[in-house]
Amino acid sequence: MTSAIYQIRASYAFVERNLNLIKRYWSWEIVWLVYSIADSLAVGFIGVGMGVISGQPTTAVDTRYLVLYLLIGTLVWRFLSSIFYWMTNLINIERWEGTIEYTLMAPIRRLTHMSGQTIFAVTYSLLFTGVILIVTTLMFNLNLSHANLAGGTLILMAGSFSFVGIGIMASVLPLLFPERGEQMTHVFIALLLLVSGVYYPVNVLPEALQKIAVVSPATYVLTGARHALLDGYPTGKLWPYIWPVLLMGIVLIPAGLWIFKRAEIYAKRAGKLHRNG
Amino acid sequence: MDAIVASDVYKIFRRPRDPIWRRLIKPASPNGNHNHNGQHAHVGKNGSKPVVVAVDHVSFSVAQGEIFGVLGPNGGGKSTLIRLIATLLLPDQGKIDVFGYDVVRQPMQVQRAINRVSVEASFFKKLSPMENLLYGARLYGLTGSETRKKVTEILTRLGLERRSMFNPMEEMSRGMQQKVAIARALLSRPRLLLLDEPTTGLDPRSKRDVQAVITELRRDHGTTILLTTHDMIEAETLCDRIAIMDKGRVVALDTPAGLRKLVPSNNGLSPSLEDVFLELTGRALVTEEDENGG
Repeated sequence: MTSAIYQIRASYAFVERNLNLIKRYWSWEIVWLVYSIADSLAVGFIGVGMGVISGQPTTAVDTRYLVLYLLIGTLVWRFLSSIFYWMTNLINIERWEGTIEYTLMAPIRRLTHMSGQTIFAVTYSLLFTGVILIVTTLMFNLNLSHANLAGGTLILMAGSFSFVGIGIMASVLPLLFPERGEQMTHVFIALLLLVSGVYYPVNVLPEALQKIAVVSPATYVLTGARHALLDGYPTGKLWPYIWPVLLMGIVLIPAGLWIFKRAEIYAKRAGKLHRNG
Repeated sequence: MDAIVASDVYKIFRRPRDPIWRRLIKPASPNGNHNHNGQHAHVGKNGSKPVVVAVDHVSFSVAQGEIFGVLGPNGGGKSTLIRLIATLLLPDQGKIDVFGYDVVRQPMQVQRAINRVSVEASFFKKLSPMENLLYGARLYGLTGSETRKKVTEILTRLGLERRSMFNPMEEMSRGMQQKVAIARALLSRPRLLLLDEPTTGLDPRSKRDVQAVITELRRDHGTTILLTTHDMIEAETLCDRIAIMDKGRVVALDTPAGLRKLVPSNNGLSPSLEDVFLELTGRALVTEEDENGG
């Protein structure tokens, strides 16, 4: 068997395993979907109620724009954070189940390992976010006829690569800190949520945070997605938001793999693989 | 070429230091002490983290097709030695070759030739044996159809009912889970099988099933087996040679008959391996704490 076929088969192991886990934990998946829909709807209702909150006449606030602005934020964030958490599940799930030694003992490249998890993470996150999009569109009676849905999806996919890279980096935490590593990964996502303009424009942030926003891939994905879906930008006009996230992905994925490899060597030297957190 | 060549292998673990208030109340002994696993612990230089010597300058070789036993108490270094061979730990000193491949520099080649069964049957508990084994087998390049066929064959051979193969692992007894763990290791047809106390916790019938599979593997496929165990009868029955490990060191290595010769007979009775262990180390192989799962 050639090495390439061997590695492709091995990468499918992660896709199939995750599908089986979803099948077995189906009730949890439903709970999570209901929670995510309710959360997105709640954010949307902030837009609906903004006129009342601010004491402005309803005609002075473009409610439709505001609701869509907030919903794009919550949907894009749901998608990107889902990818992030599935990538950190490279290690989290295995720590939880105690199978990490068997996976890291298998004759597969880390690239193979990450590829399988990436294929699953992106596909799952796209479907999951799609369901929320359908429900919120129906609930708020959104008119997406002028939206460039293909362009919005394109920028989401481009942005997913950089979140794969960040997820790989964050998965090092549960590898090195068996007891608390999983909780520590939330720091990454919380910081990105703060600076990337998920629910507000980045320019309302203090100057220091605006500087950090420049290096967050989510900033470009959110801005590009809003232009595509709110303003109906043609796909060609989205390029200024696509190339930075592609570039970040090109840098972050190899950097993540390199960091993971170094952490794995350290874990093997310090005996960190054996302990179940 | 030997299946395993271990040369002067040394492995230490640094343990987190006690909080300062505890160190103030109970200063560490300058001569080191033993931790709860019986491993020998030293306080590091300049008050740095305490160091546990898990494997202490161990050298041995295992021939291809040999069943090599490692006997010793909990904390004696057996599992650490297996993890070093399995590429899950990196040695601090020394070298291990598996079929001529260095475990540190050529881990992928080593990993293709080996598989391991540990004392804890680690699985995705909600997944069925079939789903777990499909995952494990694909990591070794097997296809879904050949895995399903092999899984049924192996698990049936190990005495598992067909309907159990599709129920979640969490519904299975420990003995059944351990059989699935053995099946996982056999699926990849390893040239070297590392068995870390594979029969611990199994009922006598399951134990015999597993022991019969070990014998068959060597007879039918020429598989080399490194087996760690507390069970002296198992070691004596299965193993061609046995290394006795204590506090990370190999204190004796010979055939079972050769080991017994190290101890004088008592009232004309041939000494057991337990007697040999007591004589060589001054302590029992299985302590009351071990038996209680300590």
